[in-house]
Amino acid sequence: MKRVDAPPHARWVRLGKTRVESRPLPALPHNILRLFTPTTYPMNPVFRAIAFVCLLANPLNVLQSTAAEPIKIGEIASLTGKEAAFGQSSHKGTLLAIEEINAADGVLGRPLKLITEDNQTKAGESATAARKLISRDQVVALLGEVASSRSLEIAPIAQSSKIPMVSPASTNPKVTAVGSYVFRVCFIDPFQGTVMAKFAREDLGLRRVALLTSVSSAYSVGLSKFFKERFLAEGGEIAIEQKYSEGDKDFRAQLTAIKATGVGGIFIPGYYSEAALIAKQARELGITAALFGGDGWEAPQLMAIGGTALEGCYYSTHYSAEDTAPAVQNFVKNYQARFGEMPDAMAALGYDSAFVLADAIKRAGGTAPDALRTALSATRDFVGVTGKTTIDADRNAAKSAVVVAIKYGRINFFKSVAP
Amino acid sequence: MEFFQQLLNALSLGAIYALIALGFTMVYGVLRFINFAHSDVFMIGAVVGSLLGNHLPLGTWWGGLVCLLGAMAVCALLGVIIERVAYRPLRNSPRLNVLITAIGVSLLIEYLFQNEHVFGAAPRSFPAVFPSIVWQWQGLTLSSSQLIVIGVALVLVVALELIVYRTRIGTAMRAVSLNPRAAQLVGINPNVVVTFTFALGSALAGAGGVLYALNYQSVEPLMGVMPGLKAFVAAVLGGIGSIPGAALGGLLIGGIETFIGGSQFSTYKDAIAFALLILILLFRPTGLLGRRIPEKV
Repeated sequence: MKRVDAPPHARWVRLGKTRVESRPLPALPHNILRLFTPTTYPMNPVFRAIAFVCLLANPLNVLQSTAAEPIKIGEIASLTGKEAAFGQSSHKGTLLAIEEINAADGVLGRPLKLITEDNQTKAGESATAARKLISRDQVVALLGEVASSRSLEIAPIAQSSKIPMVSPASTNPKVTAVGSYVFRVCFIDPFQGTVMAKFAREDLGLRRVALLTSVSSAYSVGLSKFFKERFLAEGGEIAIEQKYSEGDKDFRAQLTAIKATGVGGIFIPGYYSEAALIAKQARELGITAALFGGDGWEAPQLMAIGGTALEGCYYSTHYSAEDTAPAVQNFVKNYQARFGEMPDAMAALGYDSAFVLADAIKRAGGTAPDALRTALSATRDFVGVTGKTTIDADRNAAKSAVVVAIKYGRINFFKSVAP
Repeated sequence: MEFFQQLLNALSLGAIYALIALGFTMVYGVLRFINFAHSDVFMIGAVVGSLLGNHLPLGTWWGGLVCLLGAMAVCALLGVIIERVAYRPLRNSPRLNVLITAIGVSLLIEYLFQNEHVFGAAPRSFPAVFPSIVWQWQGLTLSSSQLIVIGVALVLVVALELIVYRTRIGTAMRAVSLNPRAAQLVGINPNVVVTFTFALGSALAGAGGVLYALNYQSVEPLMGVMPGLKAFVAAVLGGIGSIPGAALGGLLIGGIETFIGGSQFSTYKDAIAFALLILILLFRPTGLLGRRIPEKV
């Protein structure tokens, strides 16, 4: 029997009846970091010469030094998908404004370049689009979105990248509360809720109403809450609150429950795609109560889908194309000439948001984010097509609301309420 | 009265789920796999219906019927093509492969239709091909579109029942479903049976698509996803592979959704409907009308 000697570095450990060999761990190099330092080689002198010549001969270098470099502005809109009408309108308004600004020699002698991203009305896409616009396209500011839920996706990204963002039409108060770089050029829902609650109480003379809220939209939940608070304070009563989700198509269950309470009116703080279907199904079920909503109803598709079911409905919005102010009539004329259709409130707000931003760039004297932010918050009495824009301490704009009535298949101005 | 109105609402919603669920259950019965592209055939039914509807006089019974039958025919053809191209080459490979292919076909159709040159992602309104009348009776309201949904679904389910139990091809379908190899031994061509099954199931999905679009008046490429999912659940609930089970499951899911939607828990209507499904499957793993088939080794 031959005895095998253990190697000097090993120890035999007795574990029960088996012998287990234990070895010390291999020693680590003294400086682990050295393993990861990049190796450098001196550049081949021929390559160096070629690279240098390339740099000098770069046609872009020559261009940049002569022509004015455009100011890049990012826009995020729902050009396709369920709420495509919002994105299409706000995009057309914004585009018209950018074209008018560029026709008048741009801002600070530089043209504006609009880079538009479509979020397909899908949750999550706006955040991706915002990141792409900021990091890849290096835009100086963001315009968008119409829907509050999607603006709330963009706002934190704009805030953390310190890129000013101007929402044309998001009315939920939370949007600008995200941070100091987030602005809007429209009124907010506490005001809109008050307007509609007073309108229901005084103009429609309603005491008992029902609420039909979309639980998956920040806009709808907020507006519903502010309406309820004000309506109760005005001595009204909310007989029943029913809920639905974005994308629902069948509202007969909720409407049947509402019908059983016999209310005089139903407040529907949702978007046009659902509001039109709700109106249709409500009339089919024989509900004669007055239906009214907020600016989410504002879209040409509302009438296209809802048709005669919307007769006698009301909603609050940001502007009326019937306004005789020269700024509005001029805008309506130019918009019709460019796109061949009547501008709605989203188009008007998109137009104003681009002009407010251009004005701020002019006053800031450049596109440095901090200077631009300061200039935006100093916007006072800027005259646009949706009234005068004054950015307050919370980066919101206090503006008048317009209540419109749907009569004889047309949208008619009913009244204007100042803040 | 509110209860009866909700019952009526539930019937018209459940009837559509039942029509889609029938397609799921028939394909499963014959081939033992879930055709996930079925909900997209449903969507294509609605698209074809809207295209046809734009060329037909609106608001007439015959125009509506032509639109419905046209969509069913196109969908039947499409179902046959999908089976021939995507599923038949994989007939003898593991079932999981076919399942993944089905998901692939489903995504392919959805994204193809979102392309602007094909259809586009924006919803379009569906023409009112059938006459729209509203009947009122003692506070109960019934619209013609609801009545058409219930009526057409009833006719189609009865027709399906007659085809499956009263015709030679139906007998062949049941034979293949029971034992594919033995069916082949007695001279049944399984390819003919499978093709026929896909044509039949897809035609029902097409009819469902037209009825759904008629009721809610909009068409978009992803409209089939949610109804398809609920119909699949309905098929499982009723016992997958069982034709009366699919109809019953569809009506049940529609009913649960409507009654919870009309209560104060309307936010949770889908959650409660799916929770009930789990509960029923815990006590009856084969579904309500499904038969327990012992696995022989």
